[in-house]
Amino acid sequence: MNSLRVFFLGGLTSFRALFGWVSPWIYIPTLVIAPLFQILLFAYIGRTTGVGSDKFFVVGNALQYASIPCLFAMTNTIAGERYENTLAYILVSPAGRISIFLGRALPVVVNGAFVAALSLLLGGLVLSVHVPAGSLAPLAFVVFVTAYSCTGLGLISAGLGLRIRETAVLANVLFGVLLIFTGANVPLHTLPEWMQTISGWLPITHGIEAARRVADGASLADVSGLVAKEAALGTAFAVLGFGLIRFMEREARRRASIEVA
Amino acid sequence: MRRTLSVVRSSFRFHLKATLKSSATIMFMVIVPIVYATIAFFMYRGGANEVAVVWIAVAAGIMGLWSTTLAGSGMALQRERWAGTLELLFASPPPFAAVLLGVALATSATGLYSLVATLFWGWAFFHMPLHLAHPVWFAVAVPATVLALGLFGLLLAATFILYRQTFALVNLFEYPVWLITGLLVPLSLLPGWVQPIAWLIAPTWGIKAIHAATTGGSPGGYLAAAGALALASFGAGVLCLRYFETLARRRASLSLT
Repeated sequence: MNSLRVFFLGGLTSFRALFGWVSPWIYIPTLVIAPLFQILLFAYIGRTTGVGSDKFFVVGNALQYASIPCLFAMTNTIAGERYENTLAYILVSPAGRISIFLGRALPVVVNGAFVAALSLLLGGLVLSVHVPAGSLAPLAFVVFVTAYSCTGLGLISAGLGLRIRETAVLANVLFGVLLIFTGANVPLHTLPEWMQTISGWLPITHGIEAARRVADGASLADVSGLVAKEAALGTAFAVLGFGLIRFMEREARRRASIEVA
Repeated sequence: MRRTLSVVRSSFRFHLKATLKSSATIMFMVIVPIVYATIAFFMYRGGANEVAVVWIAVAAGIMGLWSTTLAGSGMALQRERWAGTLELLFASPPPFAAVLLGVALATSATGLYSLVATLFWGWAFFHMPLHLAHPVWFAVAVPATVLALGLFGLLLAATFILYRQTFALVNLFEYPVWLITGLLVPLSLLPGWVQPIAWLIAPTWGIKAIHAATTGGSPGGYLAAAGALALASFGAGVLCLRYFETLARRRASLSLT
């Protein structure tokens, strides 16, 4: 029972603290307007180059932008504790590590899915992209799975953040990698083979492909394989990330370097 | 005047050295434009001629220049506030605008890393020919645009003074300026109401000058427009700073705003 309390309430409290930026003055510019401009930039480049339709860029960039809240928030909910000098208190507490760390991931997944869904909606409205009404529910599911998967990568970033001081740079680099490799803006088949291989092992890639097909009218059953791959990758990343956090915690205890990194 | 220039120079040198000591900042300056250059190379591949390919690399570098200026200048005051040195800078005899100008110029100058990195990236991985239509004009247009960006950065830094969550604005302004200055998308493709906004921004004309120097054209007029608008940005920035300084002193809220 106590573990469940730590999982849900601890995670929510941490997320709300993180959003000292829950203020609309931060949330709206960063997570509502900025993704819309990312969509517009690439949609207009797409119109110039003829690479894809507006729908291609709206779906691709909306889902890829989930990586901003998922990577940055997940990294900061854990690594950010060090900057606030509260990490040591958390690590000496008797609460289960799964409850502490994975509980923080749940609000991040929900927020990431919300940001992606809102970007889809706003981008679609501004660029007059039509999605069949029957596709909306499956699309929402794909968006949620994609946010889940990306949060798994966020857990790895959080683990690295316990060692690397410049977590913002790390998250920016991961964001850039996802922007290039996931097919958000460049069709995967036009990338060199080695890049396509990497793409297949990254979160968001399969989610974007599934979302594009669903937006074109495919059913959830048609893209179940892609969604399953996305979910499996997310779980694998989450397990790896959790293991990395535990490893970093043990190392920090051994070297007495919890707050110095 | 000489003393003020000396303050600008010292602030520029100090901030430049401090920035170049941070490997994370340099990594950010190099990697971000390379990401966008890579995407642009792939998106334009097949449809772009030799001249357009060079411009893509230069444009991605300028995108990096803008990101660096925005992050550096926008956060300049916030960093001083966090470090507890903002009050000392305001209370010291030299004009604060001179200190901030040095910071703004230093951040835009460090953005040159972005330009060099994307040119190298394009040459090494995308077989981009390093051919410029007017190399001398290019050598003039780039520092002039850096200067224009720096002065525009001063205006940004001044207007961000009353906004505590500066980084949110920094994130917000990155994409729109990339879009409306016509870096990778012709302005004619954008809605008509966007163009007058673009004309009011000094970097738009600096970018046009660099474009003309890269692909062929006459950059002189664009440089003159960029210079005039940059000076206007500087004047508006100084006025804003004076007003906000008075406001902050009166309210005793310098470290709180």
